[in-house]
Amino acid sequence: MINNIPMLTVGALFVIGLYGVLFKRNIIKIAIAVSIIESSTNLFLIVLGYRTGGSIPVYTLAGEFKKMVLPTPQALTLTAIVIGLATTALLLTLIMLLYKHYGTLDVHEIRRLRG
Amino acid sequence: MSWQVHLPALVVSVPLLGAFISIAMVKPRLRNLWFATILVATTILAFLMWRYVAINGTLVYVMGGERWNLTLPSGMTLPIRIIMEVDAFGAFMALAGSIATLASGLFSVRFLDRVNDGNKFVALFFLLFAGMLGLEVTGDFFNFFVFLEIASVASFGLIAFWRDRPEAIEASFKYAVLSTFVALIFLIGVGILYGVYGTLNMAAIAKNMQVGFLEKLALVLFIVSLAMKSGAVPLHMWEPDAYGQAPAGVSCFLVVVGQASLYGMFRIAFSVYGQAFEGSVLAWVIIVLGLLSMFIGVIMAVIQKEAKRLMAYHCISQTGYMLMGIGLGLLALSSSQAMSEYGFTAMKGGIFHIINNAMYKGLLFLTAGSLFYATGTTNLNKLGGLARKMPYTTFMFAVAAAAIAGLPPFNGFVSKLLIYESSFVVHPFLAVVAMVTSILTLASFVKVFQSGFLGPSRDDLNNVREVPLSMVVGMMVLCVMIISLSMMPNWVLANLIEPAARDLVNQASYIQAVMGSGL
Repeated sequence: MINNIPMLTVGALFVIGLYGVLFKRNIIKIAIAVSIIESSTNLFLIVLGYRTGGSIPVYTLAGEFKKMVLPTPQALTLTAIVIGLATTALLLTLIMLLYKHYGTLDVHEIRRLRG
Repeated sequence: MSWQVHLPALVVSVPLLGAFISIAMVKPRLRNLWFATILVATTILAFLMWRYVAINGTLVYVMGGERWNLTLPSGMTLPIRIIMEVDAFGAFMALAGSIATLASGLFSVRFLDRVNDGNKFVALFFLLFAGMLGLEVTGDFFNFFVFLEIASVASFGLIAFWRDRPEAIEASFKYAVLSTFVALIFLIGVGILYGVYGTLNMAAIAKNMQVGFLEKLALVLFIVSLAMKSGAVPLHMWEPDAYGQAPAGVSCFLVVVGQASLYGMFRIAFSVYGQAFEGSVLAWVIIVLGLLSMFIGVIMAVIQKEAKRLMAYHCISQTGYMLMGIGLGLLALSSSQAMSEYGFTAMKGGIFHIINNAMYKGLLFLTAGSLFYATGTTNLNKLGGLARKMPYTTFMFAVAAAAIAGLPPFNGFVSKLLIYESSFVVHPFLAVVAMVTSILTLASFVKVFQSGFLGPSRDDLNNVREVPLSMVVGMMVLCVMIISLSMMPNWVLANLIEPAARDLVNQASYIQAVMGSGL
């Protein structure tokens, strides 16, 4: 049970984020929800590579340990974090511009494109 | 060893270089020159890559390895570096995509004179180009995700390029939220496969693939995310907004970027899962997605009044044809009799439709763009009688509309006929839906042609003139492509389409190119 807690956290974070994207009306909250899903994905990758009692995956610094955590998921996560930063920044920029044009952050009022 | 083995890396790095240098261009003339040079160079590289693959078979390229083809260093059972893998299907997609991009780029050159920050436009354009080509040459799941995100981030910027228009920002925001969300879903799928197989290389995963619960879960995540990115029906809402609001050259470009996601879906379905996935559920899911996209897309298109939005809905319905054609091929994958009976014909139809759609849909968006350039609107109620004033645009529009409606002798007819024939064998209902869609497509383009170009000339459009030369040249590229695809369908089928379809079906050769035959 205790070993599954990281995975349960991943699931919980994902569900919270999904709920936010689908049901929140404030677009800043939607952006936050997207970031939460992002964090859950990153956590998922890190958990995948974790081995109980493993040391850092740098050969010269690992010292006596014979067991390391997997390096690939960590590299993936770093890349994913950078990409996440870019998309979050873009989302916030778009929100800023939307607020300038529409004067509101309510997703129900920002809908000139229909049909 | 010729320099051409480095082509998969070059087609990605040349536009990437173009993007970062174009920011620093001070003089607009110099920047336009740079824009055109890199565009033409990348298209030539894509053409050379296609030729190389056609002659020498599947091309593998190891990024940062000691040798370009050292996929498995001695003693390893799994490839460790980022590997690019281009077979005939990928090379074909890259070629079709870069021709459409060349046209939309040439079309956009004059558009750049009207805006202040043209440098940023060029930079985003090339980033999107690099992302699209990267999706089509990579053989690595995580790399695929990275290129997907490069393409998405660049397209958010391009869709919102007219940032003083509220609708453009709104469209871009919608697309950004959806697209970021599904890209993360894709990443979770990648993570699941990594957890099971310990590698990210598509061919290595395919070699060891044994379909269980986790693999099915990952497949669902992949299909959902890529279906959304390519604009298939249940997740299509962003597409008319985004395509309708983006600058016209960009809409033309986004069509081929959507097809790159479609490419990813087919690559995963055929090359990664392929025959290991038993049963026909996946094939039917793709076919039903195709049917829904076709029909709902065209129904929504008929009622539109705004030319670009109308074309965007048609884009959804054309995606349906490709999904259905290739879905039928997937249905026939496990039995060689079904494959020769209808499967291979359907695949040829679907793949032929990909290049056809890139050409005529791109051309339609460009004509809509030149209507906007000349008159300042694309609302069909405010246009009329433009045939005399804009003869070139009218001609191009007529060619593209006839091609998309599937009128013989145009190329759209050839690919649709292949799809009708093969889908009829599976179930007549499929063929009926495809034909009804085709008729409704014709109806809605007759409406556009009639209200936009025919009829008496309107007083408020008296000052309209034909668009500048470079825009006509951009449209001409696609128009010539459509006419030549129509004139020699047999040559195209034999040299472009069939090798692509064969390589897509042949999972063993895709795996062997990376993993070697000895293991």
